[in-house]
Amino acid sequence: MILGSINPAVLMAALMVAATPILLAAIGELVVEKSGVLNLGVEGMMIMGACVGFIVAVNSGSPFIGFIGAALGGMALSLLFALLTQALMTNQVASGLALTLFGLGLTALLGQKYVGITPPRTPKLDLGVLSDIPFLGRAVFSHDIVVYLTIALVGAVWWFLKYSRAGMILRAVGENHDAAHGLGYHVKRVRVLAIMFGGACAGLGGAYLSLIRVPQWTEGMTVGAGWIALALVVFASWRPWRAMAGAYLFGGVVVLQLNLQAAGVRIPVEYLSMSPYLITIAVLVVISSGKARGSLNAPGSLNRPFHASS
Amino acid sequence: MKKLISAAVLSAALATPALADTTKVGFIYIGPVGDFGWTAGHDRARQELQGHFGDAVETNIVENVDYGADAERVMTQMALSGTDMIFAASFGYGPDVNAVAGNFPNVAFQHATGYIQEHDNISLYDARFYEGRAVLGHIAGKMTETNTIGYIASYPIPAVVSGINSAYLHAKAVNPDVNFRIIWTYSWFDPALEADAAETLIEQGADVIMQHTDSTAAVRVAEDAGVMAFGQASDMVEFGPTAHLSAIVDRWAPYYISRVQALKDGTWEAQNSWMGFAEGVIEMAPWNDRIPTELQEEADALIAAISAGEYHPFTGPINRQDGTPWLADGEVADDGALATMDFYVEGITSDFPN
Repeated sequence: MILGSINPAVLMAALMVAATPILLAAIGELVVEKSGVLNLGVEGMMIMGACVGFIVAVNSGSPFIGFIGAALGGMALSLLFALLTQALMTNQVASGLALTLFGLGLTALLGQKYVGITPPRTPKLDLGVLSDIPFLGRAVFSHDIVVYLTIALVGAVWWFLKYSRAGMILRAVGENHDAAHGLGYHVKRVRVLAIMFGGACAGLGGAYLSLIRVPQWTEGMTVGAGWIALALVVFASWRPWRAMAGAYLFGGVVVLQLNLQAAGVRIPVEYLSMSPYLITIAVLVVISSGKARGSLNAPGSLNRPFHASS
Repeated sequence: MKKLISAAVLSAALATPALADTTKVGFIYIGPVGDFGWTAGHDRARQELQGHFGDAVETNIVENVDYGADAERVMTQMALSGTDMIFAASFGYGPDVNAVAGNFPNVAFQHATGYIQEHDNISLYDARFYEGRAVLGHIAGKMTETNTIGYIASYPIPAVVSGINSAYLHAKAVNPDVNFRIIWTYSWFDPALEADAAETLIEQGADVIMQHTDSTAAVRVAEDAGVMAFGQASDMVEFGPTAHLSAIVDRWAPYYISRVQALKDGTWEAQNSWMGFAEGVIEMAPWNDRIPTELQEEADALIAAISAGEYHPFTGPINRQDGTPWLADGEVADDGALATMDFYVEGITSDFPN
C-alpha cells in the first residue's frame, strides 16, 4: 500500500473534471423534470453533443464553436422528443428510451469519418495568482473554462427556479399543469423550452467528454454517463446545488477508486461502480417513506402528459 | 400494402434456391466496430473473410451486444434467420452461446476466448496474448525511466491476468527495479474511465502505459502527457504518433477463413484452438522509431523464439505473489494452468482483485 503517492490536490482536480459532464447533463434534466417532463433520452442527447461538438470543433478549429454546436445538436435531438411528447402526446418514457437508441445510432453514422482525429485544444483558463495558491491552485483553479461555467450554470438555474418569475411559472407547470393552464400559462410552450434547455445542457456535457476529457470521438463513448445524470437528478431530489454535490460525490468515487487501485489497495471496484445507483435507490427509499416524504420534492405532474382538453 | 408484402415474401422464396451455396455467417460484438481495438480487430477479419469468399458468404454483424439476455436474443434471431455459423467475439458470451447452441444443433458456433463447451457444435478459439505481452513487457522494462509501468486492465479473467504476469516477468527480467501499477476498470470499453485511469497512473509516476481495454483513450492521454504507451488489439499509432511504441495486433482472418471453408467442405467440427505468434493470429504493430535499434532486435528475437517454440513466456522458476513456488526451474506452464490463471506472480505489489 503506497497511499503517499496519491496527491489530494490532483485528486480534487480530477474529481471536478470527472463530475462536469454528468453535472451539465443533470442540471439540464433537472429543469426538464421541474417542468413536469421525464426525458430518459439524456444519454442519446449527450452522445449527440459529443459527436456534433467534435465535428464542429474539428471543422471550425475552435473548441468554443464546437461547444455551441454541441448545444445545438443536443437541442435538435430534444426537439424531436418535444415533438413526440408535447405535440403527438406519445409516452414520455418510451420516447426518451427511443431517443437514446436513436442518438447512439445516428452519431455512429455521423461520426464515422471523425474517428482518430485530434480535436483542437481547449486551453486551461489562466487565473493568474489564484493558480499559484498552494493546494487550491492545483485543485480548484487549474481548469478549463467549462468547469467554472458549469458551476455558474448551477447557480443560475438555482436562482432561476427559486426567484425568477419565469422559474416559478416553470415550477407551477411541473407541479400541477391543470392549475397552471387554468391560470393562463402556456404549459406546452414552457415544457418545450425546458426540454430544449435540457437537450442543450446534455449536448454540452457530451462535448465535454469528446473535446476535453478523452479527447477524441469514439462511437458510444458516453457509456452510461446520461443514466448517471438521470440518477443524479433523483439523488439531488430536484435541487440544483444538491445535484452539484452529488456529481462531485459520484465523480469523487470514480477518481478515488482509480487512485486507490493504482496505489495498490484492494478495493471492491464492482460495488463502487454500482454505488451511484445504489445511493440513488437508497435516497428514493428514504425520502419517499414516512415523515421525510415532504422533502421528496418530486414535481407533481412529472411524466404526466398534458392536453388542454383534459 | 398486403400485395407488397406477399411480393416481398415471394421474391425471397424464389431467391433462396439460387443462394443455396451462400454461407450465412453472423458476428456479435461486445463493442462498436469503430472502437479501433478489440471489436475493430474482429471486424477487420470479417471483412477479409467477405473479401476472400465474395458472394459465397454473406456476413452480418450486430455490435454493442451486452452479455446475457441480449446476446441470447441476438444469436437466436440469427439462427432462426438461417445463419450457418455464428462468431461470438467476447469472453462473456460463454453461457449465452451454450444456451443457444443447444437449441440449434445445425448451427456452428465459434466463441472467442471462451472456456465453456457443452455442445458439439461449439468451437472455442483464443489467442495467446501473453506471448505478445512478453514482448511488450520486455520493451517497457527497457524503455521506462521512472521504473513504473501503468497497466489498465479490464476484468480479472485468466487472459488478462496472464497478460499482466507475462508483461511483468519480462519487464522484471530486463529491469529488476520495475514496478507495476494496475487499475481494473471492470469494463472493456469506457473511453472516459480509461482516460482517467491513464491520467491517474501517469500522476503516480508511470511513464509507460499498457492497456487491456479496448478504447484508444489511454494512448491519447499518454501522447498529451509526453509518456509512452502500447495500443491494444489494433495498431493505435494514429492516436499517439510519439507515445505509441507498438501494439499487439489481433489477426483473426486466417482462422475465420479456415473455419468457414471447413463448414463449406462439411469438415467443420468442434475444436478448441489457442493460437499465437506461430499461427500469425497475433503480431506486433510496427516498432516506434524511438525504440533503440538493438532493443527492436531483441524484441524481434523474442518473437522468433516464441514462434519457433524455443521459448515459452512462462518458464520457471516462477513463484506466486505470496512466495509459494508455481513453476520449478525450467518447467513450462501448461495450457490448462494458463487458461485458469487467477493469481499474480511474485513481485507485483498490488493486491489481486477478488
